[in-house]
Amino acid sequence: MADTLDPHLKHLLPRSPQKTKEGLAPDQQSVDLEALTENSSKRGFSRRSFLSGLGAAGVLAGAAPLAAAAPAMEPSNQDQPETAGTGNVTLRINGKDYPLRNLDPRATLLDTLRERIHLTGTKKGCDHGQCGACTVHVNGRRVNSCLSFALMHEGDEITTIEGLGQPGNLHPMQAAFVEHDGYQCGYCTSGQIMSAVALLKEPIGQSDDEVKQAMSGNICRCGAYTNILTAVKQVRSRA
Amino acid sequence: METFSYVKAPSIDKALASASQGKFIAGGTTLVDLMKLSVETPKTLVDINLLPLDKIETLPTGGLRIGAMVRNSDLAWNADVQKSYAVLSEALLSGASPQLRNMATTGGNLLQRTRCAYFREPGAGTPGGYGCNKRTPGTGCAALEGFNRTHAVLGTSEHCIATHPSDMCVAMAALEAIIHVEGPKGKRTIAFADFHKLPGDTPHIENALEPGELITYVDLPKPVEGAKSTYLKLRDRASYEFALASAAVVARVEGGHIRYIRVAMGGVGTKPWRSHEAESALMGKPANAATFKAAAEAALAKAKPQKDNAFKVELARRCLVRSLKTATA
Repeated sequence: MADTLDPHLKHLLPRSPQKTKEGLAPDQQSVDLEALTENSSKRGFSRRSFLSGLGAAGVLAGAAPLAAAAPAMEPSNQDQPETAGTGNVTLRINGKDYPLRNLDPRATLLDTLRERIHLTGTKKGCDHGQCGACTVHVNGRRVNSCLSFALMHEGDEITTIEGLGQPGNLHPMQAAFVEHDGYQCGYCTSGQIMSAVALLKEPIGQSDDEVKQAMSGNICRCGAYTNILTAVKQVRSRA
Repeated sequence: METFSYVKAPSIDKALASASQGKFIAGGTTLVDLMKLSVETPKTLVDINLLPLDKIETLPTGGLRIGAMVRNSDLAWNADVQKSYAVLSEALLSGASPQLRNMATTGGNLLQRTRCAYFREPGAGTPGGYGCNKRTPGTGCAALEGFNRTHAVLGTSEHCIATHPSDMCVAMAALEAIIHVEGPKGKRTIAFADFHKLPGDTPHIENALEPGELITYVDLPKPVEGAKSTYLKLRDRASYEFALASAAVVARVEGGHIRYIRVAMGGVGTKPWRSHEAESALMGKPANAATFKAAAEAALAKAKPQKDNAFKVELARRCLVRSLKTATA
């Protein structure tokens, strides 16, 4: 592959040492940068795989997700908690079990969902619990997945936006957001919908003000708030 | 973020045994945030989410025992709290966001740390970074000469002017809560007024916990018969923001005169600010505008404004007056 790669793109090749397939846990994938040739689209090359490749090569600066491509190590035994470095946990997400080995303890639930399990519907906005883009449900309650470590969630039922509904079988809240145009760029939308669905089971009053307060943990830079409120109120009134 | 060992404690005894090596993690809303900024660098995290400390129970004395692991949202929505300690419910619901309230715990909220931007700067208190005596004693206080709009006007020292950010704590100060802790040397209780420390010349010491101690319960005394309580929070946004000034009031009025009064303020103090000055100016007096104004003057009389936060003094006075009006209506 290195031979066919355009010379001016050679610096984008992964800098990590050669990975052997045996060294990775079953749930880990290696991300190879595909050669950018005219045949790329026919090989299923996508924007996502291109950007993932850039990420793996360390070109994208910023908070490097520690959950991806962890160096292969002996799986740590939960009975020997003093072993630093890695941990094992089984995350139950949208009704399915994901056994994860060699997880960096620093890996947040958010980064693990996105980078390790490749459920990218949940978004990273601020990474500090200040925007709500990362909202998921843990045991039915809305939380900021950026402020929790994945290792802490053994035994928890986690629901992400992917578990709420599918194309052709939308959750009523998703359908309401579509009907009332409750989004523009869509980046806050997963978090908004997850928050709104959780809100249905919370003791929130009926006034607009109270609903807005209850949704105030999700920030929308595009300003779709009015339509979001309409969508939420519609689903509440029919629930 | 520095790496760490992670252990999930199945019992209080196991949690205490592991505590000497690191920090407890419950909701993580303060700790994970600060670990990402390299402000907190625990070598070990002891996860206490399995501990059986998540109940709210009525005490034989008529008070309330709140487990340290009770989530902020559950505490705020509890029927007994809403009925008999309304100020606590209002304070909790005014804080953070619904998601954060679902994660944050009673014990964790007590240990919340300041939002001072210099304190939160990754390099503060290190060579070449902003001076921060709270991070590293002796390195100075960058906020004194820096941007200090959100900093404290009460309880400050020349070493630290950082505001205590919690709303729950202001309500608990007014309710005179009692904190139960358990540690290597056994169990003890700490009066709320003694839990948080003034910065003085040791701003790195924020509370009365000894190393290895775990907060287990917070007790609220029996509710005062006939008293009303309320929390008013003023800030730049209507939601999801810390207080510029806030006031918790518990008051009983009989025959137009104040027969019971507790006042605590937030957003203005280096610790949750119980105002004995306001209480002295209110006790026994007629519940009217003149009395409230005098109390507000007394509460802020010793305020020391900085270059960017002088507005807080008047804002806090008006906040207290409004809160008193509501509580005595």
